[in-house]
Amino acid sequence: MPRNKTFAVTLDQDLCKGSDCYICVNACPKGVLAEGERITSKGLRPAQVKDPDACTGCRICETLCPDLAITISDTSQAATTVPAVGRRQPASPSSGGWTTSPGALKPGPHYMMGDDACAEGAIAAGCAFYAGYPITPASEIMLRMATRLPETGGVFVQMEDEIASMAAVIGASWSGLKGMTATAGPGFSLMMENIGYACMTETPCVVVDIQRAGPSTGQASRPASGDIMQAKWGTHGGVEIIALVPWSVQEMYDLTIRAFNLSERFRVPVILLGDAIVGHLRESFHVEETVELFDRAKVPGAPPFGTEEEAGVPPMPAFGQGERLLITGSTHNEFGIRKTADPEVQQRLVRRLSRKIVAHLDEITDYELYYEDDAQRMVIAYGSTARSALWAVKRARDHGEKVGMLRLKSIWPFPGEVIRQWGDACQELIVPETNLGQVSQLVQQHATTPVSLVSQTNGEIMDPRRVTDFLLDGRTKLAS
Amino acid sequence: MGRVLREKYTRQPTPFCPGCGHGIFLNAFLHAVDELGLDFDKTVFVSGIGCGAWVPSPHFQADTLHVTHGRAVAFATGVKTANPDLNVIVIGGDGDIATIGGNHLIHAARRNLPLKVFCLNNFLYGMTGGQVSATTPQGDITSTTRQGNPERPFDLVDLARGAGAPYVARFPVSQPRKLKRGIINALSFDQFAFMDVLSLCPTQYGRANRAKRGYEGPSMIWSMLEHQKGTVAPREKLDSENPEGKIPIGEWYAES
Repeated sequence: MPRNKTFAVTLDQDLCKGSDCYICVNACPKGVLAEGERITSKGLRPAQVKDPDACTGCRICETLCPDLAITISDTSQAATTVPAVGRRQPASPSSGGWTTSPGALKPGPHYMMGDDACAEGAIAAGCAFYAGYPITPASEIMLRMATRLPETGGVFVQMEDEIASMAAVIGASWSGLKGMTATAGPGFSLMMENIGYACMTETPCVVVDIQRAGPSTGQASRPASGDIMQAKWGTHGGVEIIALVPWSVQEMYDLTIRAFNLSERFRVPVILLGDAIVGHLRESFHVEETVELFDRAKVPGAPPFGTEEEAGVPPMPAFGQGERLLITGSTHNEFGIRKTADPEVQQRLVRRLSRKIVAHLDEITDYELYYEDDAQRMVIAYGSTARSALWAVKRARDHGEKVGMLRLKSIWPFPGEVIRQWGDACQELIVPETNLGQVSQLVQQHATTPVSLVSQTNGEIMDPRRVTDFLLDGRTKLAS
Repeated sequence: MGRVLREKYTRQPTPFCPGCGHGIFLNAFLHAVDELGLDFDKTVFVSGIGCGAWVPSPHFQADTLHVTHGRAVAFATGVKTANPDLNVIVIGGDGDIATIGGNHLIHAARRNLPLKVFCLNNFLYGMTGGQVSATTPQGDITSTTRQGNPERPFDLVDLARGAGAPYVARFPVSQPRKLKRGIINALSFDQFAFMDVLSLCPTQYGRANRAKRGYEGPSMIWSMLEHQKGTVAPREKLDSENPEGKIPIGEWYAES
């Protein structure tokens, strides 16, 4: 090093972590830096610059300091100036909200499998990203997306597992695209951790679970509705979520669009709980001329994780817009800054994540009523089971029974108030389910009227005779 | 440069232990970023769980996505494919990237998206209390291998190369200038790049293995750095023979 140069050595003692490090003290070949004498309020003894004139400008200390506490500057040259921070070039704001779009399929009648209709619904909803992993009975959704996304300018990736699929969808959502994945029981279980991450980081995305008979591998191509509770409670910590339950190919299309709209509206993962019947069923459905779509709002500079309102949904920027986003699954304040030991921030965040959903229960809740006018008893049904249940209700009415039916199209957040009202208006509520009684327990919680479960867990579509028998005789004759 | 790098690229000081090897990597990384002129406004840092994952988040003044344990590479795949204009960089530890997340690493290498993955390898789980990881050398002491690790570790360079990564490198934090040059090469490379950064954990690894490794002197981290320097050698010198069992460092491009 030429001796005609002189160097200034600056050591920021507030950043130096002191005697347990002292890398610089050991590294300096000229003894410029030395062990400290002063003990700070943190109990640290930071290194000190003892002999600055001896510095030869080798910068070994500067490159090794783990805390960027050392600055060597060549005083024979002009002082280094730090360019002004604030290179942000904010993206133009977009208010988000509702728009009308022409849709992707030709308007009119179409005939296809439920899984395919789901994929078409996603395309119509503006889905531009799909990541997935093969699994029966949901693979057809992935197959169709693998063809349709490249045609529509979207991105398709087959990932190495369902954990990665869910992760990639969340990543893509923050890159600004509407994203989706589809799976069935075992894959749905693998997605749980990252679904919780999406809830915590308020990441809009759609997860389709084509339910099959479980537990575990169970019966891969057979239907069941065993994932209702998992959809809400599967991820740890306890958080509100939105889940929709289609009963037809028409609804595999319509409710997929709705799932995207709700996810964008509330910045939450929305789960479409189909099953092997509605997924693999082929029937005709109708495509409207236009679709109503909701897009997330983008407000440059606005806090992306908080609002003034307790039930508010904050605007959502994307990566690469100069927002310098801090996104974390840890408890965070409205700017994404970790607050992992602050009880107030934790409570406020968890409450808002819940309230932004439950405070809008009316906007989310969707159901249909059949023969309700004179009903003394109501069947509460959902998904493919509702197809069998409606047949049974008609048979029972043929026999003079005053039975009606309420078919849930949204199941989370659970429409407890609707159930309470129908419970009050009727003498009995009957819940047929292809599980051991997941929704019937919820119905029971909200109704003062007696609630009966008609359960079937044999991997078949709900046998309509089973429900008919119960409606006519108060018991089922078939083995469950 | 310390002040310049702090003010240009960081939000706040790190909470790392005194002498943390990850801090030396952070220093080298920001030197590389500055030399390269990497646009932080078009860069997304994805990281998982563990000390290594804390290097970018919440410290870098760029978009950061701090995700679930082991899944950073999978999240990054979504970010990059959805917006190929972004520079997507994954920084994490050996527990995160090579142990719980090993599956995502090998598939990302196979897929060859232009992601940059830096594995800060300190040979154990630092944040959770010094447990054995997939890179802990056989025989070394951790809080879950009190008698010495009975299992064999991954060689991350071999792993990534075997999975098809077209750029693989290994550099130690004890040689920060070589490390910085490697980071520049990795960031400039137009395909998938993986770097096994030999880091150091004085708190969990150093104390447990002090006697075994012969870390001496008042500054244990300095002793560890000196020791690390002695255990590595440029791969070019070792390609023919390696009688002393040194760890090769350097860069491996797919063609070479």
